[in-house]
Amino acid sequence: MAPVPAVCIENVHKRFGAVKALHGVSFNIAQGEFFGLLGPNGAGKSTLINALAGLTRADRGQLNIMGYDVVREYRRARMSVGVVPQELVYDPFFTVREFLRFQSGYFGVAKQSRQWVDELLEVLDLTEKADVNMRALSGGMKRRVLIGQALVHKPPVVVLDEPTAGVDVELRQQLWFFIRRLHQEGHTIVLTTHYLEEAEQLCERIAIIDRGELIALDTKSDLLARGIFRSLHVVASRDIESVPVKVRDKVKAVHGCSMELRLRRDSDSVVEVLDTIRGAGIDVRDIHMEDDDLEDVFIQLTRRSPASETSGGSV
Amino acid sequence: MNGMLWLFYKELMRFLKVGFQTVLAPIITALLFLLVFSHVLEDRVRVFENVPYTAFLIPGLMMMSIIQNAFANSSSSLIQSKVTGNLVFVLITPLSYFELFCAYVGAAVVRGVAVGAGVFLVAVSYVEVPVYNFWIVLTFAILASGILGSLGVIAGIWAEKFDQLAAFQNFVIMPLSFLSGVFYSIRSLPEIWQDLSRFNPFLYMIDGFRYGFFGQSDIPVAASLTLSTAAFAVLSIWALILLNRGYKLRQ
Repeated sequence: MAPVPAVCIENVHKRFGAVKALHGVSFNIAQGEFFGLLGPNGAGKSTLINALAGLTRADRGQLNIMGYDVVREYRRARMSVGVVPQELVYDPFFTVREFLRFQSGYFGVAKQSRQWVDELLEVLDLTEKADVNMRALSGGMKRRVLIGQALVHKPPVVVLDEPTAGVDVELRQQLWFFIRRLHQEGHTIVLTTHYLEEAEQLCERIAIIDRGELIALDTKSDLLARGIFRSLHVVASRDIESVPVKVRDKVKAVHGCSMELRLRRDSDSVVEVLDTIRGAGIDVRDIHMEDDDLEDVFIQLTRRSPASETSGGSV
Repeated sequence: MNGMLWLFYKELMRFLKVGFQTVLAPIITALLFLLVFSHVLEDRVRVFENVPYTAFLIPGLMMMSIIQNAFANSSSSLIQSKVTGNLVFVLITPLSYFELFCAYVGAAVVRGVAVGAGVFLVAVSYVEVPVYNFWIVLTFAILASGILGSLGVIAGIWAEKFDQLAAFQNFVIMPLSFLSGVFYSIRSLPEIWQDLSRFNPFLYMIDGFRYGFFGQSDIPVAASLTLSTAAFAVLSIWALILLNRGYKLRQ
C-alpha cells in the first residue's frame, strides 16, 4: 500500500467576499518531499497555507495532513505540521526559551522536549540569546526563533511561508543549510518563496498558483523544460559588426565579439541559426546554450514579473 | 501538564511579569478611593445597622477591582495578541476552543481574585472588616471574575483595535461597576433608580459579595447567586460560540 501523502489538498475553494482566493485547488505532497509553492502576490499561497494550519477555513474541499483532516481531526493534523509564519511576530512578554517552552507545552510535549528545545537553540545559534526577551532580538534572530517554534513538537511536515523574506545573504545561506538538514532528516518541507532562485535550488517539485488556481505542478526539471525560449551565446574571433537579416529578430544583445540570441525551443534550429551566422562571414569560436530558468518559466506562466511583487499576506 | 494548563500558565506569567501595573496599581487605586470616601462620608452615611461606612465600602471596592481586572486580563491579552499577530502561535496548536476559553478565563479569575484579596489585605490594616461567610465571599469573587473574564474574551475577540476595547471598558464596564452599589446601597436611591439598578447585572455580584461579609444585603443572596450564575452561563456560552466559530480569529 502506498504511504499516505504528507499533504493532500482536494478541490479546495475559499472566497473572501467577491474575491476567489482559492478555486478548486487539488494536489498531493508525498512524504519526504521538498515542495515549492510559488505564485504572484495575492495568488492564494498564504490562504492555502493558512487553511492547512487551521487559520483559515475552506468553504469547500478537503485538506489532510499525514492523513488527518484539518477540520475533523484537527488535533492530530496540527500535531503533524509545524508552520513558520511569514511575518516576524513574537510575544513581547517572554524570552526565547520561555516562548519555545510555552509552544511545546501547547502541543503537550513540554516534558519530553526540554532537551530538544536546547538542541534547537544550539542548532539555530540562539543559545546565547535563550534568556533574552524576544523584543531585543534582531530580525534574523527572530526569524530563527520562528523556525524553532515550528519544530518544538517534531512535526513530520514543516511549512515555511517566505522564510527568507528580508533576510541578508549570510543568514539566508544558514537557513537554507538548516532547512536542507531538516529535509535530509526525513521532514516533508513545503516552502513558499518569492526568491525563485531559492525554489530552483531547493525544491524537488513545484506548484504554481495564480488567481486562486493551480496553473502548474511538476518536477523542477519538467517545469524548467516548459520554458519557451533558450539562449544561444556566440563568441566570434573578431568584433561582430553586422548581424545577418535572417536572425536579426532573434538577437537579444551584441557586445564586441559576443552575441546573445533567444531561440524558440519548438521552432528554431540551433544548427540552422549557426549556419546562417557563419554564412554571413562571422567566424564562430565558441558557443554555449542556456535554458530558461524558473523565473522565466514563472513569468511565462503567470505573465507577471516576480520582481514587481512585494511581500504577501501573513499566516 | 497538558496544553490548556500551559496556556493558563502563560497567561498568568503574562500579567505577573507586569505585576506593578496589573496587581499593585489597582490595589493602590482602591485604597485611594477608600481613603477619600471614608474620610468624607464616614460620619454622614450609614447603610447597614452596626456597619461603619468605611467597612461597608471595602467589599464594594474589592468587587470593583475584581470586575475591572478580570475583564482587563482576558480582553487585553487577546487584543494584544491579535494586534501584534502572535495569536497565531496559539491558533496553530491542537488546543480546542474550550481549552482556549478555560485558559483565558482561568487566568482572568486568578488576577481578579488576587487583586480583590490584595485590596482586602491592605484595607484590613486600616479598618476592621467582618467576614460573615468566607465561602460566599469566595464564590461571588470567582463568579464575578468568571463573568468578566468571559466578557473580556468576547470584547477581545470583537475589538480590532485598542481604542474599541477602551471604549468598551470606559462606556460599559466602568459605568456599570460604579452604578452597581460599590459606594452605596440601592435602597438609598429614588425608586426609579432602584428599579433601573436591578437591570445592572453587576449589582447582584456586589450585593451577594457584600452579604458574605456582613450577612446583610439589599437583594436575597440566593437571587444574586442565581442571576450571577445565569450571567456567567450566558456569557460563557457566547464566548465559546465565538471561539468555536473562530469569529475574527480564523478567517
